[in-house]
Amino acid sequence: MKVPYAWLTEWIDVPWDAAALGERLTMAGLELEAITPAAQAFSGVVVGQILSAEKHPQADKLRICRVATGQGEPLQIVCGAPNARAGLKSALAVIGAVLPGGLKIKAAKLRGSESAGMLCSPKELGLAEDSDGILELPADAPLGAPLREYLQLDDSTLDLNVTPNRGDALSILGIARDVAALSGRALKTRAPQAVSAAHADSVTVQLDAPAACPRFAGCVLRGLNNTVPTPLWMRERLRRSGVRSISPVVDVTNYVMLEFGQPMHAYDLARLQGPIRVRLAAAGESVTLLDGRGVELSPDVLLITDVAGPVGIAGIMGGQRTAVSAATTDVFLEVAYFAPEAIIGRALRWGLSTDASQRFERGVDPAGQERALGRALELIQSICGGSAGPLALSESEEDRPVRPPVMLRRAQLARLLGTQIPDERVRTVLENLGMRVQGLAEGWEVIPPTHRFDIALEADLIEEVARIVGYEAIEERDALAAERIRALPEFVPAERAVLELLATRGYQEAITYAFVDPQLQQQLFGDRSAPRLANPIASDLSVMRVSLWPGLLGAALENQRRQRDRIRLFEHGARFEQHDGVTQEIETVSGVACGPRMPEQWGLPRPMREAADFFDVKGDLEALFAAVSPGALFSFVPEEHPSLHPGRSARVLRAGAPIGWIGELHPSRVRDLQFVHTPVLFELDWAALALDRPSYREISRQPQVRRDLAVVLDESVSLSRLAERVALAGSSLLRDLRVFDVYRGPGIEDGRKSVALGLIFQDFSRTLTDDDVARLVAAVVADLRVSFNASIRE
Amino acid sequence: MHELSSLVEHALAEVAGCASLPALDEVRVRWLGKKGSLTEQLKSLGGLPAAERPAAGQRINEAKERVQAAIEARRTALSAEAIERALAAGRIDVSLPGRGEQRGGLHPVTKARLRMEALFQRAGFEVATGPEIEDDFHNFEALNFPPNHPARAMHDTFYFPDGKLLRTHTSPVQIRAMLERGAPIAVIAPGRVYRCDSDMTHSPMFHQIEGLRVGEAVSFANLKAMLHSFLQAFFEQDLAMRLRPSYFPFTEPSAEVDMSCVFCGGKGCRTCKHTGWLEIAGCGMVHPNVLMASGIDAERFSGYAFGMGIDRLAMLRYGVNDLRLFFDNDLRFLEQFRTL
Repeated sequence: MKVPYAWLTEWIDVPWDAAALGERLTMAGLELEAITPAAQAFSGVVVGQILSAEKHPQADKLRICRVATGQGEPLQIVCGAPNARAGLKSALAVIGAVLPGGLKIKAAKLRGSESAGMLCSPKELGLAEDSDGILELPADAPLGAPLREYLQLDDSTLDLNVTPNRGDALSILGIARDVAALSGRALKTRAPQAVSAAHADSVTVQLDAPAACPRFAGCVLRGLNNTVPTPLWMRERLRRSGVRSISPVVDVTNYVMLEFGQPMHAYDLARLQGPIRVRLAAAGESVTLLDGRGVELSPDVLLITDVAGPVGIAGIMGGQRTAVSAATTDVFLEVAYFAPEAIIGRALRWGLSTDASQRFERGVDPAGQERALGRALELIQSICGGSAGPLALSESEEDRPVRPPVMLRRAQLARLLGTQIPDERVRTVLENLGMRVQGLAEGWEVIPPTHRFDIALEADLIEEVARIVGYEAIEERDALAAERIRALPEFVPAERAVLELLATRGYQEAITYAFVDPQLQQQLFGDRSAPRLANPIASDLSVMRVSLWPGLLGAALENQRRQRDRIRLFEHGARFEQHDGVTQEIETVSGVACGPRMPEQWGLPRPMREAADFFDVKGDLEALFAAVSPGALFSFVPEEHPSLHPGRSARVLRAGAPIGWIGELHPSRVRDLQFVHTPVLFELDWAALALDRPSYREISRQPQVRRDLAVVLDESVSLSRLAERVALAGSSLLRDLRVFDVYRGPGIEDGRKSVALGLIFQDFSRTLTDDDVARLVAAVVADLRVSFNASIRE
Repeated sequence: MHELSSLVEHALAEVAGCASLPALDEVRVRWLGKKGSLTEQLKSLGGLPAAERPAAGQRINEAKERVQAAIEARRTALSAEAIERALAAGRIDVSLPGRGEQRGGLHPVTKARLRMEALFQRAGFEVATGPEIEDDFHNFEALNFPPNHPARAMHDTFYFPDGKLLRTHTSPVQIRAMLERGAPIAVIAPGRVYRCDSDMTHSPMFHQIEGLRVGEAVSFANLKAMLHSFLQAFFEQDLAMRLRPSYFPFTEPSAEVDMSCVFCGGKGCRTCKHTGWLEIAGCGMVHPNVLMASGIDAERFSGYAFGMGIDRLAMLRYGVNDLRLFFDNDLRFLEQFRTL
């Protein structure tokens, strides 16, 4: 809402300058966004009158004007504007004047003729974007008066951000009302203009949807002249309010809307066919709007119609068929009240937001139609002439919005705000806001004014009191402390610790979008179903991720493009799975590693300089699992996954239940996505990282005995199967089993491998003898020979 | 006797000539060992008259002691030299980098979030979470946004074909928490939120933290105290705060929270657009309709709620000037935040 300061002062004596006013309004909920001066800086420009304008002897387009300034001899001014004519009053920049942009006016010779200044166009004065001649001032403009004073150009406009609950503040009057409440000063009242009918013509209005339109005031104006220019003062006010001047009739309707917050519409009476009906649209109906756009209507759209069909969408925009033009001589003025529910949301369907729809959606004073109509008639007649018919009001009394009384309890006010406000202050604040207040034992009964749509509950009144008293008047106060300790579960995922552990192992946390490129997701996960956005911001951000991998791989690629050789990223967030149309959100932690095993550094053995593979990432997960669970609850079993290398991927299990995946990206994806190093990926359900409760096991005091064994067996035998047999054969005396080498090559047949095991034995009750241990090892060896056709490498 | 002194001279010369500890040991054995030359001299005492023996024995012992002392001195010197050599050979360039893995780090938004959680937990708030795909009821209706309400237009909502949506704020977690736990309650709800908007200062995904406290006498004055102390604690600055009346459908009274600019201290700079203030949060007293929709007796209980952008606080805390950097995942950016 743009509020020209000078206009506001017509309604109230503002005790603050524009900046201070902006500050006060901001602190009362009408946030100041900007203060814009009405005009750029310029000086030395006065009202002058052209006494004569003769063609320049040496130039077709120039005129030599004699211009009076009210003192001394008239000045000779050379001017190129087509509208420079004798009698016209305009803006004269005299010698020494400085125009916007810093142009200094000096005595000059134009095609041999002296010019003692310059006649200015609105554009040159910064008053218009464009203009096609010099400024035309009214005949009563005082000769010689500084233009800035005469046009009140030292005015400024406050641009206020009005929240959607405050439809009542979308007018000069509305802002003035808040200023009155804040300053304690009274509004300047203006006697409502009585409409005196000069003829009896009127248009019948039938309210078919009285709940949506309970009030409709109309008036016929005949014999007006819509070709005259809108007076400069009105154009200036419209300009400062951000509204374009169109024609006097339209300008007046806009002017009154800005002043009172009551939108109105003028129809060209000659094109309006017969009685008006205000009704809901029929299915399949359409209308061509003022801006030339044709729109389809649905049955919840309220229309203004005549015999021939729609002439406008109520409260949003008029139709093209009955639009007022320069040729219009007779108009029908509509000033109606439309219920917010009948307007809300409709304009947006056609991508519209008009000054009218904004106001009706938020609520227009249902008692303000006559006043606005009176003001509009007064203004139109003073500019365009014409004679008004009777004011015709169609009304459905029972559908007028009512403002039931609202109780405000003193105790509730104090409880909610946490401070005491004196009774007298409460009453004054409410009364200054136009409320009718009646004192009761426990507080007040308040009837809000018709223009307030946001006062229905006690809390609404409390807000009003707080807003006007000022939030700064409420002192900070500690809440009563809770006496009891709140629960703090211990055996849940320890977020910071998990994230820090991954960070310590070289991973950098990333945050990627939860919507991803459907193509990439399809490449990685096949036709896995995922929620698809109806209105994505871009087609490559249109489907919810089923995994954090698409985002992480994308981020890894971006970093590869930035010449990163070694990348470790992880993310913690939700992925979205869809089964039978039901979406599940699963909190997840995932990671990607590509590039060298270790950061580039000196003294690394050769294998440590190679690219990370499955086992590097598995090591990271094992470190994570060790931090989560002291037992060996986690396991990895080979399983294929569409994104992963079929021979280098595994399901991750916790206590036998699947909780995630690990693996190297499928070679085809590595190629398609153009990765330099094969990314190794992992993804784990966050909930599966809940901490285990550590529980104490007795420690043996007996010495441990270690025996190493190199077992040669088929490649197909996995370590987990081997370990399982060793554990069984080694009996409960086998305390620990370590793998310290896996060897393939010379000395071992093709298809076989040598696995070096360290077996650690220990008893609780006695020291094991060499014989004991020899027997145990022999049992293990025998078992492995049978189970896996293993041989023992000496 | 002349013979003895020449032997000693000879022995001392050999000791002095020893270049290593093993050589020195050899010399010691040769002269002072069981069969050493000087030891042998003692054996010759038997051939002397009894009266001369003590004096001769003493001379021999003195000779042995002299040689012994010389050997010890030589041993000390040689050991010191050996250590010196070992040290010289073992010298390293301590400016070479250490070996091992390089630390990654947490995302700055996560760092800010964890810090915020920790601060609110100190004031008795528990962390609550809710789904990112929400329904209209929790995201709007229960929060007192009627259908078609103009305030909905301020939320550029992402929708799914079935009418569900990506939550536009963390406020629906308020509703879920109240429905689940009832009153009194004190929760914060951090998380990702989504708006259909993307430009210099907007990301279609960003982070909010919601706070809610409902109790029998929770007031606006308490809300002010909570927010002000939070901002001061988060930024570790004695900054000023002001509440400006505003409008949110789910709170009343409602306020925008401004704090004095953390960069200029309120004097006015580019970050605060020369106002001295930074808009940092929205807040208010929970609207009675919201309490009722959440099954809480609005006559008995009152509450406050607030919401703020985690990303924005992180930007201010760490001096990041472009929101989009947070979601580019450029390692050169992220690595700047890898401290604990």
